[in-house]
Amino acid sequence: MATITYRDALNQALREELERDPDVFLMGEEVGVYQGAYKVSRGLLESFGERRVIDTPIAELGFAGIGVGAAMTGLRPVIEFMTWNFALLAIDQVVNSAAKMLYMSGGQIGIPIVFRGPGGAALQLAAQHSQAFESWYAHIPGLKVVAPATPYDAKGLLKSSIRDNDPVVFLEGEMLYNMKGEVPDEEYVIPLGEADVKRDGGDVTLICHSKTVAVALKAADQLQEEHGMAAEVVDLRSIRPLDVETIMTSVRKTNRCVIVEEGWPFCGIGAQVVDDIQREAFDHLDAPVLRVTGADVPMPYNKQLERAAKPNPDKVIAAVKQVAYLD
Amino acid sequence: MVTKVLMEALSPTMEEGKVLSWLKHEGDQVSDGDVLAEVETDKAVMELQARGQGVLRQILAGEGATVEVGKLVAVIADPDEDISGALGGTEAGAARPSAKPERAAEEPETAEEPAAPTTREAEPSPAESQPTTETSGRRIKASPLARRLADERGLDLSGVSGSGPGGRIIKRDVESAEVTAPVAAPAPEGGYEDVELTQIRKTIAKRLVQSIGPVPHFFLTTEVDMERAWEARAQLNALEQGPRISFNDIILKVVAQALVEHPACNAWWMDDRIRYFRDVHLAVAVAVDEGLITPVIRHADRKSLREISAELRELAERARARKLTPEEYTGGTFSVSNLGMFDIDQFTAVINPPEAGILAVGSITEKPVVTDGDLEVRRRMRLTMSCDHRVIDGATGARFLQSVKLMLENPLALVW
Repeated sequence: MATITYRDALNQALREELERDPDVFLMGEEVGVYQGAYKVSRGLLESFGERRVIDTPIAELGFAGIGVGAAMTGLRPVIEFMTWNFALLAIDQVVNSAAKMLYMSGGQIGIPIVFRGPGGAALQLAAQHSQAFESWYAHIPGLKVVAPATPYDAKGLLKSSIRDNDPVVFLEGEMLYNMKGEVPDEEYVIPLGEADVKRDGGDVTLICHSKTVAVALKAADQLQEEHGMAAEVVDLRSIRPLDVETIMTSVRKTNRCVIVEEGWPFCGIGAQVVDDIQREAFDHLDAPVLRVTGADVPMPYNKQLERAAKPNPDKVIAAVKQVAYLD
Repeated sequence: MVTKVLMEALSPTMEEGKVLSWLKHEGDQVSDGDVLAEVETDKAVMELQARGQGVLRQILAGEGATVEVGKLVAVIADPDEDISGALGGTEAGAARPSAKPERAAEEPETAEEPAAPTTREAEPSPAESQPTTETSGRRIKASPLARRLADERGLDLSGVSGSGPGGRIIKRDVESAEVTAPVAAPAPEGGYEDVELTQIRKTIAKRLVQSIGPVPHFFLTTEVDMERAWEARAQLNALEQGPRISFNDIILKVVAQALVEHPACNAWWMDDRIRYFRDVHLAVAVAVDEGLITPVIRHADRKSLREISAELRELAERARARKLTPEEYTGGTFSVSNLGMFDIDQFTAVINPPEAGILAVGSITEKPVVTDGDLEVRRRMRLTMSCDHRVIDGATGARFLQSVKLMLENPLALVW
């Protein structure tokens, strides 16, 4: 098994799917000649040519719309947004076209498209370029939303997303691209809608996805060392469909839960998860479910303030101590 | 120290209690465990005990008042201790004129304080004036998990102190709490065997419940010749003075013996399993003014006819006086109901879950009976057994009833 970066895992997934299915193509800003703003598409233009790896003008709404149109004809476009902040310009195509077409055509026209790119904050990119939008897209019936946390998951989930017949919003992370992890040499896919227990434990459930998986795992290590608590880390992987069963199995076991996410608290992913938990596992809760989220403010540019606005292991540990009545 | 006297759940199903009489009065010195008042529950008249010591400073629920479980009925404290805090936490305190605490302080020992208009005070108020802690007030703060665990263990949360924020009772509090006041039906003594349900048993259970109500009853009737039992009873009662043995006593003895022979009928339906008891605890329906209650003769299988007779007489008397404790009317493994004294020939009784069977006993009447071609007049009695089909199948119940019939028709079989 090779150890590769998250970036290269995505690259492998794209390469394998481009090879596997001639209907798959990649389109976006700088994906071809420049080999991707974050080098995810390195070498693909050379291998597959200009018909399969297409550079676009800086016009998100335009190329997202072209992608939806191509999908309507039966192709399987992968649309790269340089970041999801820029995809705000294209959101009409994602929400009003891609997500609605199957329904509005009475089931005749499916849209097998993947919109992908990095989401969330990196470092000091300030308010307009540091946003986690998963709850925006997860809100829309007709869209699937995927946010992998590791190279292994990134590759397996991107392959499934490309093969899926529904539009998939695939959220990566600029801070994740250099993360290394083991990826099998042989081919594999990871089904959408399956959470992954990244760490077993019986004392508290930490629910997380994307970048906050690393935060939760670090907090879990510290909880074990400093408080002798075994935290179970559940990585959602798919936000929608949501793997409610895995969440409930864990919460019923631990009786307490903290949800960690990068996005803002109001109407966040955690709000949805809490709703599921209070309905499905009410009698198993020994404490209110708490959430650790990004601060409810536009992301500050100031380095110290930015750090303070993001979820971190200390915040997770403080919340765990509260739900475990350790204070 | 101020101790609040709350209406306690004195029976498994009690939601409110009626204060019949106060055995202690305002100004009386009371110790932990003293009986303060007699309270009528939905089942019986029970004693409300002091959970602290001091002077019974104030009674908030006068005789005749009906009070919800968990609400304040009195306050125990030291003679000049300030009890306004204890009163202030409840609507009762708010309803009192503000002059009251001062007056109480002036005349701490006065006992002739008129019984307050307590019924009105005991009524719920729309607002809670201060946050509740531990057992005070009507609301117990507990996590959903703690409530579920307490329920499973038969633990009364009002006796558990919470270690969570604001006195919330959490898992660890329930786990460390002793079971002081069981609210669930106590499991009867003696051994038993839980048998997991097989698929076929599950399917039978499901289908039968779908067909008729939560407990799928079926009924078996047999007619018993009572000539020999009649003679046996007459002879026994001629032997000595003292309380006479009744037919019901004989039937109970026979049923207990038959249940030993047919443990399949001495069982509880437990939803995911069937519990077969090794001991027989016979519940006997006793009519009381308000309805009926089923005192339980424990270990009826190990008791003599005379013991059963004496015990039932004593239980029935206290049942009619509503003096039975919850332990005395729960935990039966099989029931017997006799309406023979009302000239009922035959009837069907409704099963008392989780028990799986009940035997309905009719009157003994003289009837024309054909035996070997000859017409005779004989004393006959009809027995009808109601069976929970999830536990007892037709042939199982029939064999049990056959044993009952055999023993009643041949009373000597009892001493085999």
